[in-house]
Amino acid sequence: MTDWIDIAALEDVPARGARMVKTALGCVAVFRTADDEIFALDNACPHKAGPLAEGIVHGKSVTCPLHNWIISLETGEAQGADEGRVATYAAKVADGRILLDRAFLRARAAA
Amino acid sequence: MTQKLIVIGAGMATGRMLENLVEAGADYDITLINAEPRGNYNRIMLSPVLSGDKTYEDIITHDDDWYDLYKIKTRFGQFVQDMDRAAKTVTLDGGEVLAYDKLVFGTGSNPFMIPLLGHDLKGVIAYRDLEDTQRMMDLGSAHKCVVIGGGLLGLEAAAGMAARGVDVTVVHIMGHLMERQLDEAAGYLLRKALVDKGITVKCSANSKEILGKDGHVTALLLDDGTELPCDLLVMAVGIRPNVKLAQDAGLMVGKGIHVDDQMVTSDGNVLAVGECVEHDGAIFGLVAPLYDQAKVAAQTLMNEPAQFVQKELSTKLKVSGCDLFSAGDFADGEGREDIVFRDPARGVYRRLVIEDNVVKGAVMYGDTADSNWFFGLIRDKTDIAEMRDTLIFGPAFQGGAPIDPLAAVAALPRDAEICGCNGISKGQIEDAIAGGATDLGAVRSTTKASGSCGTCTGLVEQVLAVTLGDDFIVPAAASICGCTDMTHEDIRRMIKSQKLTSMAAVWQECGWKTSCGCHLCRPALNFYLLADWPLDYQDDPQSRFINERKHANIQKDGTYSVVPRMWGGITTPDELRAIADAADKYMVPTVKMTGGQRIDLLGVKSEDLPGIWADLNAAGMVSGHAYSKGLRTVKTCVGTDHCRFGTQDSTGLGIKLEKELWGSWTPHKLKLGVSGCPRNCAEATCKDIGVICVDSGYQVSIGGAAGMDVRETELLVQVATEEEAIDVIKAVTQLYRENAKYLDRIYKWMNKVGLDWIEERVEAEAPALVERFEISQSIYRKDPWAEHAQTKADRYQPLANLTLEAAE
Ligand code: SRM
Ligand SMILES: Cc1cc2nc3c(=O)[nH]c(=O)nc-3n(C[C@H](O)[C@H](O)[C@H](O)COP(=O)(O)OP(=O)(O)OC[C@H]3O[C@@H](n4cnc5c(N)ncnc54)[C@H](O)[C@@H]3O)c2cc1C
Ligand code: SF4
Ligand code: FES
Repeated sequence: MTDWIDIAALEDVPARGARMVKTALGCVAVFRTADDEIFALDNACPHKAGPLAEGIVHGKSVTCPLHNWIISLETGEAQGADEGRVATYAAKVADGRILLDRAFLRARAAA
Repeated sequence: MTQKLIVIGAGMATGRMLENLVEAGADYDITLINAEPRGNYNRIMLSPVLSGDKTYEDIITHDDDWYDLYKIKTRFGQFVQDMDRAAKTVTLDGGEVLAYDKLVFGTGSNPFMIPLLGHDLKGVIAYRDLEDTQRMMDLGSAHKCVVIGGGLLGLEAAAGMAARGVDVTVVHIMGHLMERQLDEAAGYLLRKALVDKGITVKCSANSKEILGKDGHVTALLLDDGTELPCDLLVMAVGIRPNVKLAQDAGLMVGKGIHVDDQMVTSDGNVLAVGECVEHDGAIFGLVAPLYDQAKVAAQTLMNEPAQFVQKELSTKLKVSGCDLFSAGDFADGEGREDIVFRDPARGVYRRLVIEDNVVKGAVMYGDTADSNWFFGLIRDKTDIAEMRDTLIFGPAFQGGAPIDPLAAVAALPRDAEICGCNGISKGQIEDAIAGGATDLGAVRSTTKASGSCGTCTGLVEQVLAVTLGDDFIVPAAASICGCTDMTHEDIRRMIKSQKLTSMAAVWQECGWKTSCGCHLCRPALNFYLLADWPLDYQDDPQSRFINERKHANIQKDGTYSVVPRMWGGITTPDELRAIADAADKYMVPTVKMTGGQRIDLLGVKSEDLPGIWADLNAAGMVSGHAYSKGLRTVKTCVGTDHCRFGTQDSTGLGIKLEKELWGSWTPHKLKLGVSGCPRNCAEATCKDIGVICVDSGYQVSIGGAAGMDVRETELLVQVATEEEAIDVIKAVTQLYRENAKYLDRIYKWMNKVGLDWIEERVEAEAPALVERFEISQSIYRKDPWAEHAQTKADRYQPLANLTLEAAE
């Protein structure tokens, strides 16, 4: 069963923007698209661990702030010629609140 | 024996349910109770009544004869006050008690009224029933009305009143109209159409208070201090299911009255239909699903098996001249293909979102003739693989023409200015072509278009191509990015000549191929818009690179560097102490002198930025913008203050220049230097703009570089006084801001337009350029650190800290 943790209000993350969530095992970036969809990914670019939460969000992708790799928010895969992938976690919005599946704390422990 | 059925509310849902019941000859003794003093009518047609296209009589769905025919007893203008489920009775407001065997709730919903101060004044109304509609119709022309809410209902109210000559302003809290149904591009077109109808539209506007006099509304006050005078204020901000009676009676209620798939509530003898119900977590605000519910409820009452299933919904707006359609889920992204079609000439926008060869959502504006066909594809999950390439053109055009890259220029009116330098319009160019000028050189020599700075060359070529058809081939030029075929220069001219003041406007009028741009075009557009329309356009932080969004330079490990301004390279012991204290307090790992005569605190954590800024602010320092495409530093030497060779106060002039220019955004970074004599200790002649002081005045030169290219500046002008030097520098900076391509330093721009052109323009237009620079600076000459430290500090903290949270 999914056990959702209430993280914050949707408005706390700007549209086409991201914020970061700290966990005991590192940071997770929580993204909000222009259409108010929410995605959660490890906040470390597969290239040189750039903080993805600080990138420019367009469509369902983010461009890493360090060297412009483009990462899919849905799959965590680097786009185009670049190769690499970051972990993604289940996330959703309900009643204007952002929820993450508690499993992400566990999955991170295993990773 | 015939059972007694009581129906509470004569709304759109119960009207349909009653039809289903009586037409099937159901054996019920029916009583219909309605709080409104009338029977069932078509509520959605109140908008045409308001605009004068219909009368109330036209929209009555069931009249007295109908109720008589089917022996339905009516209690109109009466209100069910109480319900006793054990006794199976209801009590009306007049005291009458009626018994039932079965009961149906169809109580609809209540308009939500924002509890602003003054919401209870006279003249503050909702838009729900005939009474509200009548109030708006009675307002009469030459009156003012404010509508809060830019959704479906608010816009229909606004358009209806505008059609009656009322001066209407719509105040909407979100960035674009109908944001739940439309994307930005369609929202932009809708706004444009409403503005053409004389309606004032204010988006991103927050209402603060409703002002009144003698108990009657007089104005709406926004939180930016704007007062919008009005005689009537309509709130159309949403609805809440009307559940009070059901709740008091002890039925299970969440957002709405809980019902199962058969429309039965938690009491087996009580059903509910319409906007008052909650089914499987969802509530409803459009009639299509209510009609399905009505049918199911009627069948349940007749003991027939039936099941209510939620379906895809679509929305249209009943405002003449605003053809829009939205359905399904139109969030874009990877795994989903976005097909966008724009026809700038006809104001048409269509977007389909496709996943696994199935249409998931559609937004259309301008031409919605095919909307039902598209809606059918969404609902039926049709496999569109076969027609994918031409799908966007609709059913009639399978195999239609490809999207025309010249459409944006073709759409321009004849009076659109193409060449800004010489004031040449599209019409004049067309006339020259008709007169025999069939190539760029000929157009240039007959009209002067593109003959000066040359940045409109691409557009002139496109006018040639549109006019001459296949006889003219446009030379390929690099477009901004994959979202458009136009170049930076084309876009800058379009923004100016078509007065495009928002990103959505650029996307539509320039035929963007994506719905909302990418990380390459958005930062450029953001700069162009704020440089050209400082008062109208609102800077979009989400379209900026992280350094400019967070006002600090990101480092390879994700920390930031902090560089406070040291005006003209001058500092004081107090400032140095404050920097030292901040470095200690925030455990800054590296403190370095920069190449720009100031101090860099490197390795500051994001969370600490607001704190360190507040401390530096308290010591009188502001952001050095060491991260911006904007004014960086004005490097100086000691000049006449101390140096035995100094001819003028170079330090003083440097400080003045930095204080005038700081905060301004420019196409790329802008660095200045002021040296007190030609020995040039401030290295002024390799800056973007350099000043060399001489006995007779100030030599202002531009276009130096000392980065990837190394170049010496070229003399622009020599002037006699500091004031003149400052004005010339402001003028050339503004010219650069208004004309250069994003990410061109001054020297690159100068290579394209030529120093002569820059000289001429500065000479001819300096006062106007300086004035426009000052207008922009009235918005941007401020310390972003102070603003962020005071109002946005929480954005720098983690959204949540779960470090102490266990995995299970
Ligand atoms: C801090 C500083 C080096 C130093 O320790 O002295 C510096 C640091 C950076 N420079 Fe610089 N530049 C610094 C002075 C210079 C100078 C010298 C000057 O300003 O007198 C130049 C040559 C002059 C010029 O601008 O042409 C210079 C030419 C560049 C360039 C090449 C620009 C070009 O058009 O050729 C870049 C890359 C760019 O801007 O695209 C750059 C980019 C950078 C960036 C912002 C790289 C980046 O994008 O992250 C560096 C940020 C480091 C950091 O983490 O904070 N930096 N950079 C200097 C800050 C000056 C200040 O007080 O604001
Ligand atoms: C101006 C306007 C335009 C609209 N346009 C569209 C559109 O284009 N497309 C679309 O799909 N939808 C549209 N809607 C929404 C649509 O009208 C509603 O979804 C629909 O009317 C809801 O039907 P209902 O039967 O649930 O409630 P209603 O039609 O609201 O009927 C409920 C009735 O119950 C009565 N009542 C409530 N409590 C009691 C009580 N205790 N005792 C007695 N009577 C009571 C009320 O007085 C009311 O008459 C529009 C709505 C408005 C106001
Ligand atoms: S020269 Fe500038 S950009 Fe290059 S490493 Fe040094 S600071 Fe960074
Ligand atoms: S670290 Fe992300 S692109 Fe290099």
